[in-house]
Amino acid sequence: MSTTHTLSVLVENKPGVLARVSGLFSRRGFNIESLAVGPTEHHDVSRITLRVDCELHDLDQIEKQIHKLVNVLRVTELEPGDSLERELCLIKVTAPPSRRAELMSLGDVFGARVADLSADALVFELVGTPDEIDSFEELVRPHGVKELVRTGRIGLARAGRSGSRPRQHVFR
Amino acid sequence: MTESTKPITGAQSLVHSLEAVGADVVFGIPGGAILPAYDPLFDSTAVRHVLVRHEQGAGHAAEGYAQATGRVGVCMATSGPGATNLVTPIADAYMDSVPVVAITGQVPSASIGTDAFQEADICGITLPITKHNFLVKDPAEIPRTIQEAFHIALTGRPGPVLVDLPKDVLQAETRFSWPPAMDLPGYRPVLKPHGKQIREAARLIAEARRPVLYVGGGVLKAHASVELRRLAELTGIPVVTTLMARGAFPDSHRQHLGMPGMHGTVSAVSALQKADLIVALGARFDDRVTGKLSSFAPHALVVHADIDPAEISKNRMADVPIVGDCKEVITQLAAAVQAEYDAGHRADLTGWWTQLDSWRATYPLGYEEPADGSLAPQYVIERLGAIAGPEALYVAGVGQHQMWAAQFIQYEHPYTWLNSGGAGTMGYAIPAAMGAKMGRPEATVWAIDGDGCFQMTNQELATCTLEGIPIKVAVINNGNLGMVRQWQNLFYSERYSQTDLGTHKHRIPDFVKLADALGCVGIRVESKEDVDGAIEKAMAIEDQTVVVDFIVGQDAQVWPMVPAGTSNDEIMAARGVRPVWDEVEG
Repeated sequence: MSTTHTLSVLVENKPGVLARVSGLFSRRGFNIESLAVGPTEHHDVSRITLRVDCELHDLDQIEKQIHKLVNVLRVTELEPGDSLERELCLIKVTAPPSRRAELMSLGDVFGARVADLSADALVFELVGTPDEIDSFEELVRPHGVKELVRTGRIGLARAGRSGSRPRQHVFR
Repeated sequence: MTESTKPITGAQSLVHSLEAVGADVVFGIPGGAILPAYDPLFDSTAVRHVLVRHEQGAGHAAEGYAQATGRVGVCMATSGPGATNLVTPIADAYMDSVPVVAITGQVPSASIGTDAFQEADICGITLPITKHNFLVKDPAEIPRTIQEAFHIALTGRPGPVLVDLPKDVLQAETRFSWPPAMDLPGYRPVLKPHGKQIREAARLIAEARRPVLYVGGGVLKAHASVELRRLAELTGIPVVTTLMARGAFPDSHRQHLGMPGMHGTVSAVSALQKADLIVALGARFDDRVTGKLSSFAPHALVVHADIDPAEISKNRMADVPIVGDCKEVITQLAAAVQAEYDAGHRADLTGWWTQLDSWRATYPLGYEEPADGSLAPQYVIERLGAIAGPEALYVAGVGQHQMWAAQFIQYEHPYTWLNSGGAGTMGYAIPAAMGAKMGRPEATVWAIDGDGCFQMTNQELATCTLEGIPIKVAVINNGNLGMVRQWQNLFYSERYSQTDLGTHKHRIPDFVKLADALGCVGIRVESKEDVDGAIEKAMAIEDQTVVVDFIVGQDAQVWPMVPAGTSNDEIMAARGVRPVWDEVEG
């Protein structure tokens, strides 16, 4: 059964590492739904959060293949219940003065900030779970979305969890 | 610890590093961007450079050197086309897990990305076909990079590593210090198998009634032939050796059923199909071995031991996965199986052997003499193996001759059979044989090549002659791209599209004249009675490369055969002969 999984990949912060990881996916015939990369608490380590839609057997293979890359330090799957996942979204919506108030109260419900405003448009900035962002997007869409960008999700194990647990390959 | 007192160039640091890491031979060709490296290389007494005629030859020579010696093979080329000509051998080394370090020149740092003369993004190009690669930006990093490249190439699952060196980095001033500290926090190959998995595997081995040891190239990479033999003899379990593992277990051994796969023996293929337990050791369930995967060995439980965790359950789900170095795995398995036996657990394999022996007796490897009276290629190869003997090294190209060489030569020792298995690279044989001879100068090295393959890389015979690397070449000349022709015969209604090379019809090129032109001794053999004499004559010439042009029939075919994409149950022992399966008693 095909489901979506979130992988957290810790890599050495070196040139070309992202290409090594992303290249692996196309080469092995796997599809990336979203990918976000950024620094971590260690200056020489970056974290790549990957979203993949695949079967469990393929996920196992993906993880092992990623782990083989020399610059990859750790590969873990973020289990939905045990981790936090967030995305940042910027949405530019048509907002003539007559619609502004309605849009802004809509934004309030979701905790979206108005990041910019012009005569006939505004830009919302929203941080939330991917589901929340999906819902907000649906709600503002009838008002006319001019442009939209999402970061792709980032994730972290919950506060009470001891970091992302490496999946076991030796025992299955 | 070695440290340079005065500043040296990056190029000198590179050569010092190669010396320090123990590289004794580099196969390569100079050019603009790598030129700085060739200046100090000129003075090195520890590193010998072999000037090849094409960078592909340098790469395959490095592979042959590595496969014959177990050490890292080194090749060197300039930027752009020099580097891209290494791509095929690098891909080949990646598929067959051969430890090779490729050193390439790159345009100066400031020119990278500008489409400069002879610029190619070789790190980008080789990303999917190297175990790892490096673009060195600081000359101070050269020693560490070389050390890491050799370490990565040789340890864990071996493979090719490329080091790209911009010209300005080679020219810059630096200091040399050895040994450098390696910094590979993400590279930790698992060598020691897990005890629980070993015990579980041993339990299955002790109770299996139809077990098979499925031995792959990983056993050779791990130098575990002795341990394998001990395990096989302890258990009495039949052994099959894949194309990459020929020589890992003696062909003369009673328990050896031969090679499995598309052109494997009926007994090896059938043993796997009917097995209740497959113990895969350093093998990867390649499609050429399994045939149609869904019908491969349907009744078997699988113990899969490999140093690369990604191989386990990649193609066939493993019931007992074991990650570790084969030498360690096999040693521990033998001890654990012995413990099972001591506890009184041991299945009787008599019935299994009765079955195996009957397959072996009914469907031995064989061939028919060509109806047109031409020379049988199998006969030539069989005689070559018999006369040159099991101490010689045999290096094959790709195609029919490769399969016959895998089938009709008796391999008794590890590292005596070299070929391009995973990638199937035509043209591998001549440069790889040259590299093997450099690594094992005392050994007789025979390249067994087809007339198609031979025309791809025979220019390296000039290298062999001028550099004093005397190899022997048996060209199995059937005038055609033989394996392709065989498929056209079987699957394309005998429509021989673009497979006739004209090497028979027009005798172009004339391989005897070509051999002569390249400074080699050329011998032509057209009849059966001249075969032994020619091989013996070639064996007697020790200081010159010999090319024997064996003119063989074009219609000979490789059998047995499992047609691509079909089940191994569909194996044809010979043309039109399908084995009759007896019911295997459970």
